[in-house]
Amino acid sequence: MTAFSIDRSELDSLFQALKKRGYEVVGPTLQDQAIVYDYIESSAELPVGMSDEQEAGSYRLKKRSDGALFAYAVGPHAWKKFLHPSHQRLWTVKKQKGDLQFISEKPNSIRYAFIGVRACDIAAMQVQDKVFLSGTEKNYFYKELRENTFIVGVNCSHAVSTCFCTSMQTGPKLLSGFDLSLTELIENERHIFLLKCGSKKGEEVLQELSYDQAKPAEQEAAQKLIENTSQQINKNLDVSNIQELFYQNYEHSHWEDVAERCLSCANCTMVCPTCFCTTVEDVSDLSGDHSERWQKWDSCFSLDFSYTHGTGPRRSSIKSRYRQWLTHKLATWIDQFGSSGCVGCGRCITWCPVGIDLTQEVAALRGIQK
Amino acid sequence: MSHSSTPKLAVWKFASCDGCQLSLLDCEDELLAISEKLEIAHFLEASRLQIAGPYDLSLVEGSITTAQDLEKIQKIRQQSKYLVCIGACATSGGIQALRNFQDVKEFSSAVYAKPHYIETLKTSTSIASHVLVDFELQGCPINKKQLIEVILAFLQQRQPNIPSYSVCVECKQAGKVCVMVASGTPCLGPVTHAGCGAVCPAYHRGCYACYGPMESPNTQALSRRWQDLGASRKDLVRVFRTFNAYANDFHKISEFHEKKEK
Repeated sequence: MTAFSIDRSELDSLFQALKKRGYEVVGPTLQDQAIVYDYIESSAELPVGMSDEQEAGSYRLKKRSDGALFAYAVGPHAWKKFLHPSHQRLWTVKKQKGDLQFISEKPNSIRYAFIGVRACDIAAMQVQDKVFLSGTEKNYFYKELRENTFIVGVNCSHAVSTCFCTSMQTGPKLLSGFDLSLTELIENERHIFLLKCGSKKGEEVLQELSYDQAKPAEQEAAQKLIENTSQQINKNLDVSNIQELFYQNYEHSHWEDVAERCLSCANCTMVCPTCFCTTVEDVSDLSGDHSERWQKWDSCFSLDFSYTHGTGPRRSSIKSRYRQWLTHKLATWIDQFGSSGCVGCGRCITWCPVGIDLTQEVAALRGIQK
Repeated sequence: MSHSSTPKLAVWKFASCDGCQLSLLDCEDELLAISEKLEIAHFLEASRLQIAGPYDLSLVEGSITTAQDLEKIQKIRQQSKYLVCIGACATSGGIQALRNFQDVKEFSSAVYAKPHYIETLKTSTSIASHVLVDFELQGCPINKKQLIEVILAFLQQRQPNIPSYSVCVECKQAGKVCVMVASGTPCLGPVTHAGCGAVCPAYHRGCYACYGPMESPNTQALSRRWQDLGASRKDLVRVFRTFNAYANDFHKISEFHEKKEK
């Protein structure tokens, strides 16, 4: 891949070029003391000069003096918020002259341009692609949105204590799955981005920007930056023989230990970029002539999730629900979809209100005290 | 207009502030449609008209605090095909259940000039402590959209779509940022029943548990986290002793902290 360089000021030209093509630009921005994903108009709405510190159960913003735009790790939102929204109407049924008329919901034709997508989150999209698009029944809501999305990836220049993409081999370097990739370089009062094209669409957009060929020194600096980020990552999840580990330890006493701490609040599944489970709800009105079926995010931590007629919830204990989640995420997911359900983004660790760390739970199952 | 074939609705009040039945009156846009589907046979907050039972659906607000209440709730149950409790008073005993932790005689003499006029039970208890209940809609006050959903579910003879998971699920579905993780603000969301739409976290405040316990609250684990954030045992007793103080899970955890404090 040829590397180009653009000036920081060209980022707004990129926004304009994307908007001209009919994209809704979505990117990281500051909201409620965190960096979230939302609609943005210009690069000024990015978290200019902001960084973050993350630990199990804790997230804090931190100011930087260099005006960097992407010097933080992933926040509370996952891109699934846009590609697999929390509420989706599936169909509507109307009663007219005694007949029922069913109307399927059309997929949303919105075209998103995601700015600043990290390697772990691209991996998460590829995991969800397998979930939604690889079977005989494709999720056409997801398909339409995903195919119409333009992805501007960013190589991570900053890792936090909850990151472990290196264990899951998903990052921090962007390898594929983007239309354009950026690496932010701030040196000697120069603020530039190294840029690579990952698709034809990306090449076309590049032509609307003012760019140079990247110099060898710039390419070297970018390489070094990513290596540095890699070295900042201390957290490790040992995935060797991970399926056997789970399948041989359904009754391990450690599950009781986690259950003492787990709130069964479902936060981990809500923030996870690959968790895809939903429930359906029929919503009717008072006239009785109009009803809608809605799909809503659900979680394996809810009691209703495993409710079966006649027997009630199959997983009534918190122990069985945590075990189900982790076993699926790290082991049975591989049987089901051919890859792990975990991309090492660390969101479930940071955003667990009581700071449960799945890497430590796995280590405990292996008999390693951390 | 004749109501002979339409199901009869009754709304009953016990010890309460009336806020939950007000939610029904507050259904301005839907109220007319509801009155077309249901004959409002007994609803004193709305009308002095009182049509005799039996009733197809009784909505019960308030807690049981007097000997008369004990008799009245039995009669209501006998006359009601379905009985649905609305609000924290009816589902857990309400804020007035704070008396259950103290001596009600002492309270009476401190509050009333002539306490001997006061005839009351020692406790304030939920409706389900006395009669069989078909559904409990939690909240202080209840959410009017959820109330309409419960009425609709009754009319259509199906289960109401009222999720009993935590407030966190609603908070995350709405894209809010967790106040406990992002600013260290103690929040009761993880142990609290969904339904309010995570109002307080949306305004950067912790959840106060107005909707009572969620389906499987781990109040011990959340208490430890609150202690890490600086809460004392006394604080923990207080936060679990509010509108749903006598709900089983909250009752147990506040007594646990109270014992540890002593």
